[in-house]
Amino acid sequence: MKFKNLKAWLYLLPAVLFLGVFMLYPLVDVIIYSFEEGYNSASQTYFGVGGYNYQYVLNDPYFLQALKNTFILVLITVPLSTALSLVISVALSSIKRLRSWFQTLYFLPYVTNTLAVGLVFMILFDQRSQDSIGLINTLLSYVGVDPIDFINGPYWAKMLVLSLYTVWIVMPFKILILTSSLASVDEIYYNAAKVDGTPRWRVFTKITLPMISPTLFYLIITGFIGAFKAYSDAVALFGTNLNANEMNTIVGYIYDMLYGDSGGFPSYASAAAVILFIVVLTITVINLLVSKKNVHY
Amino acid sequence: MKVTLKNLTKIFPNKKTKSEVIAVNNFDYVIEDGELIGLLGPSGCGKSTTLNLLSGLLEPTSGSIFFGDDDVTMLPAESRGVGLVFQNYALYPHLTVLQNITFPLENRKGKDKLSKEQMVEMATEVARLVQIDGLLDRKPSELSGGQQQRVAIARALVKKPRILLLDEPLSNLDARLRLQTREELRRIQRSTGITTVFVTHDQEEAMSISDKIVVMKDGVVHQTGAPQEVYDDPINYFVATFLGTPPINCFDGCVKDGKISIGDEAIMDCAGVSDREVIVAIRPEGFSLDGDEKQVFTCELSRVEVMGRDMSVVAMHEKCKSPLIRAIIDSDNLKNLNGDKVVFGLKPHKLFIFEKESGERIRF
Repeated sequence: MKFKNLKAWLYLLPAVLFLGVFMLYPLVDVIIYSFEEGYNSASQTYFGVGGYNYQYVLNDPYFLQALKNTFILVLITVPLSTALSLVISVALSSIKRLRSWFQTLYFLPYVTNTLAVGLVFMILFDQRSQDSIGLINTLLSYVGVDPIDFINGPYWAKMLVLSLYTVWIVMPFKILILTSSLASVDEIYYNAAKVDGTPRWRVFTKITLPMISPTLFYLIITGFIGAFKAYSDAVALFGTNLNANEMNTIVGYIYDMLYGDSGGFPSYASAAAVILFIVVLTITVINLLVSKKNVHY
Repeated sequence: MKVTLKNLTKIFPNKKTKSEVIAVNNFDYVIEDGELIGLLGPSGCGKSTTLNLLSGLLEPTSGSIFFGDDDVTMLPAESRGVGLVFQNYALYPHLTVLQNITFPLENRKGKDKLSKEQMVEMATEVARLVQIDGLLDRKPSELSGGQQQRVAIARALVKKPRILLLDEPLSNLDARLRLQTREELRRIQRSTGITTVFVTHDQEEAMSISDKIVVMKDGVVHQTGAPQEVYDDPINYFVATFLGTPPINCFDGCVKDGKISIGDEAIMDCAGVSDREVIVAIRPEGFSLDGDEKQVFTCELSRVEVMGRDMSVVAMHEKCKSPLIRAIIDSDNLKNLNGDKVVFGLKPHKLFIFEKESGERIRF
């Protein structure tokens, strides 16, 4: 019996070591740092232990801005990108001609560098000077709207561009997953529904949606997690000085606290990271509870 | 509902090889009202295609289909009012049994629209007919194969279809359940009186419950008729070999001077047939050892399998197309067996001869 246990542990060793060193240890360490006031990683010293770091972070206007930005981003981009991807995937699955051509087209953003796409968005939405305005502002001028500075202008304009950009970036993956999920629904259910004279909308809501609901919820859950961890998208559009732009995200705040111009505060960064962790965990648990009620199988 | 098929043809083009597959070739047939028809044939013979043409899921290349006097050839599946039971049942896994059965009813619109109570009532009624009324709250995954199959039949019946179509309805069930369910199928069909077409590759299944069978091969209908008629009077070699368990025993033989011979032995007279090479086919029950018939056909005895009332005499013959001959004989005649040879008598109406090349029946 004992020998058997030993063998089992031996088999588990690679995974345990790997997860322990790269997952569990850092996680525990971050939680510890977050309670150590003024921790200095160079000298490995700190003043005391307590909730001060959390108090500081939660009262930092930059953090609150980042928290607000992240939540707005999550609430706009996750439903929007998922719904749009679903519409596009259903449309893709119902055409025969040019389907693979369109599939490639829709997948292109996924294999394109984030920063390159960011640059393209900047050029699209730019308004540098009166004589060289971006495509969007040119189009707006045709319908009589004054040029808007999407990159350095009002908060809502910047948030709009960031949201659009994020939706654009995350959609290819969702479309890919959803089209394959749609394709895996057995044709026979559609035939059965057809023989019974089922209207198309009812086929979609009563058969297609329930059948792909596990995939859909997978995308929603990973979408939430991904959106909460947004950072590179904002950098691609607005550069690294996000606090000045009011466009920082939680991950951006953590990064700034560690390495940014105002950086060198691993304790604050840790506290912010733990807060992010708790937020993501809570949302994911809620998601899972909701999905249990609505996902079939 | 009487169903008429006129010159029904379905051709599938093959894009890769630029060739065509004729799945159903000039199918002409009339199904009388209230009949249970078994479409029978080996896989790839076009029987499922025929069923899909009837359901409207496929469009014929040419020919026409009538339900009663209505030409439904160009009518899409949703307007034909057929009930279709799929081979793997196609029950919606996320819906309960009740929701599955009411699904077709909920599609009704306008004046045909039903209230929730009416739908539940109709569903409960068919559920009782197929004896699953205790399972209405379950999900399909919580049912056995036989129960799922009944749910599928209930779903097909609940909308009172003009005809009921069943695609290999019993192939997913185990042997015992299959036997039981086919009786059940017959009972349900009788009690509803609905014109039913079912597809199967299992000749025993088709023979046991159909009013008429249609034997198909390579898209062509070979023979139609009541099961016993077709069995007793096959029009060609394929039909003879396809029907019957144990299968018919076939031998290379010839006709010479008005006699059928296998090897050196002349086994039967066939006056009026000119000399030629033939295939001789003898049903397992066509052999006898009781001495009523002339003992003419000598085989090497392999073994005897006694199964109660009957026994199987397993023998060998060098001209036989299969390694073993199986003869079913009344076990009273066991005493007539000794040594390593067996000499059978042959019953004339259980012996058929066919052209060697074309497989056409030669009547004598």
